[in-house]
Amino acid sequence: MSVTAPSRAFSQAEQSLVDRAAAALMRSAAGNSERQNALSMLKQEGLPSRRTEAWHYTDLRNLLGRVGSAGTGAPAGDADILAPLLPNGHVVEIGAATDVNPLAGVTVQQVDKLPEWKTALNHLDREFDTIRLLSVAFGAKATKIDVAAGETPGGSIELRAEPSASGSHTYAICDVGDEAKAVFVERLSATSAGSLATSVADLKIGDGAEVLWIVDQEKGAGETHLSQFNVTLGKDAKLLLFVLNAGGGLVRSEVHAITEGEGAEIRIRGVNLLKEGQHVDVTTTLNHLVPNTTATETFRNVVTGGQGVFQGMIRVSQDAQKTDAKMACNSLLLSDDGGFSAKPELEIFADDVQCGHGATAGEIDADHLFYLMSRGIPERQARALLVRAFVDEVVEEIDDEPVVEALEARIDRWLEAHG
Amino acid sequence: MLEIKNLHARVAETGTEILRGVDLTVKPGEIAAIMGPNGSGKSTLSYIISGREDYEVTEGDILYNGESILEMDPAERAAAGVFLAFQYPLEIPGVATMTFLRTALNSQRKARGEAELTTPEFMRRVKDAAGELKIDFNMLKRPLNVGFSGGEKKRAEILQMSLLEPKLCVMDETDSGLDIDALRIVADGVNALRAPERAFLVITHYQRLLEHIVPDTVHVLYKGRIIRTGGKELALELEANGYADVIGEAA
Ligand SMILES: Nc1ncnc2c1ncn2[C@@H]1O[C@H](COP(=O)(O)OP(=O)(O)O)[C@@H](O)[C@H]1O
Ligand SMILES: [Mg+2]
Repeated sequence: MSVTAPSRAFSQAEQSLVDRAAAALMRSAAGNSERQNALSMLKQEGLPSRRTEAWHYTDLRNLLGRVGSAGTGAPAGDADILAPLLPNGHVVEIGAATDVNPLAGVTVQQVDKLPEWKTALNHLDREFDTIRLLSVAFGAKATKIDVAAGETPGGSIELRAEPSASGSHTYAICDVGDEAKAVFVERLSATSAGSLATSVADLKIGDGAEVLWIVDQEKGAGETHLSQFNVTLGKDAKLLLFVLNAGGGLVRSEVHAITEGEGAEIRIRGVNLLKEGQHVDVTTTLNHLVPNTTATETFRNVVTGGQGVFQGMIRVSQDAQKTDAKMACNSLLLSDDGGFSAKPELEIFADDVQCGHGATAGEIDADHLFYLMSRGIPERQARALLVRAFVDEVVEEIDDEPVVEALEARIDRWLEAHG
Repeated sequence: MLEIKNLHARVAETGTEILRGVDLTVKPGEIAAIMGPNGSGKSTLSYIISGREDYEVTEGDILYNGESILEMDPAERAAAGVFLAFQYPLEIPGVATMTFLRTALNSQRKARGEAELTTPEFMRRVKDAAGELKIDFNMLKRPLNVGFSGGEKKRAEILQMSLLEPKLCVMDETDSGLDIDALRIVADGVNALRAPERAFLVITHYQRLLEHIVPDTVHVLYKGRIIRTGGKELALELEANGYADVIGEAA
């Protein structure tokens, strides 16, 4: 093994992360050179700090080991067999799935493939992509899932990681063929305190195909989770991505979308529920490369403590005329102890486009509260109704009753415990 | 039932005094009309009765069934039987109307030690009340007041009032925004609620409403005080001569 020197003094948490990656590689039988390369880079460069623009609000070097490493992992009872999020869900364990044909039209294969980490998807990252680098250095396990062209599987595909105490590293490669319709659920559930997990998903949506992709992140308060969801959309392809962050200690959810075909439509909706001690970062880039594509993105954040971050970039290339892209990030601040930073950005090189963004942060509307209370609803309950209303508005934009119900049930669970 | 004694109140944030010594007594079964020019403090009075925090009572008291309610929050007052039909009912996106109605009804029942209503019983009551007020039931599937027309909002307030069966009904300009047919429907709804143990405080500008909801007493509020009290004929006098004479006398 080649010895790589750190480019600077590493923090203790950083060093221990590197050591963990190195030890994991030693244990693994396969001598994978790509993994070795990534590890060398990690040993040399470590983690990004706030000086790297993409990580400015989430100084990984500084936060790792300080935020979200103590506390609980799985809440008691939750470690039991988890039912699929959606009534008709089929669980695919990434890196371990054995059922090659869980649903008609769906094929699942274990593949020996690692994410490509040498180019940063977010141009504001370092020379390489931080999350993918970690994913490769830790030897992510990969599974490829194909939905055949024209197929509409009779159930959702629920992606899960193999339980791992130190943290799982998964790579899902999903290919949805032309005119197919598929529903994916990424279930990121609590494991053990102190774990660091990564999940990378690459989704390709074929021409005229439609995907509903739901991320349900409910990690334990003592866990770190770094995820990256990459999607390319073909002609007239549709994506509805719903991200629920209702757990985790130190969390980064990256979303990078690229429209490759005209008529593509992206809808991103998300809810971030934050409590004391958490740091949750959602960073998205929407890259419009071709004309006539649309994107709408709305995040609603409920902050009872902790720190939230939203970085939303809409990038429209010179050819991408008639792009219509909007993003919004609204935070409900329920306590002075928490905060939420929103950084929307537009980078537009085409002249005939409609792009916009808005960020708001506020408390519960006193007039609304008075109205509800004047009908006899006690304050606590009235507040809960208003908080729920604030998030349900985005959930209900998913025009699918069982999905809305399932998500609202997860959200209610959180609100009852922390709201 | 309601005794307002020398009530002084100001806007909490700015300290602007709005009510300057209101005295008013309403007996059980009574319909009391409050009239007065814009800006007199009518809405402020209604808000203070229901417990809105934006205002600060600096002097005087409000007794409801003989006890001061100033220390009670709006929900407690509502559970005790106070209801305000808002001049401008609020739209609350994301809160389903039916969920709201049910939560309100059951919260009040719970506060009074009564059992929650079963779903069929609740639905039956809402359907009946909506039918009486000619409210399309489908409207109630929307978020609270969202997309309702001005008149629909006012009718929805009366729907809430009839479901909650309050003891003291404060209605703030319920007639504004209603056409003549809607006005009749609303008045019929209110009259159906008239009962010996229930009192109404009807705030209005116009005699028109009082033709349908005939008051026992009429009070003129001006610059934060009741400057004249009389019977239903006072409303007619105001309609004919405007407020100028009454204001002139009081000055
Ligand atoms: N929250 C408030 N902040 C500032 N001024 C207020 C507030 N509420 C009422 N006022 C003022 O008090 C006066 C009385 O208002 P209001 O009670 O609405 O009168 P009315 O209902 O008789 O038209 C008005 O001059 C109004 O501008
Ligand atoms: Mg008024």
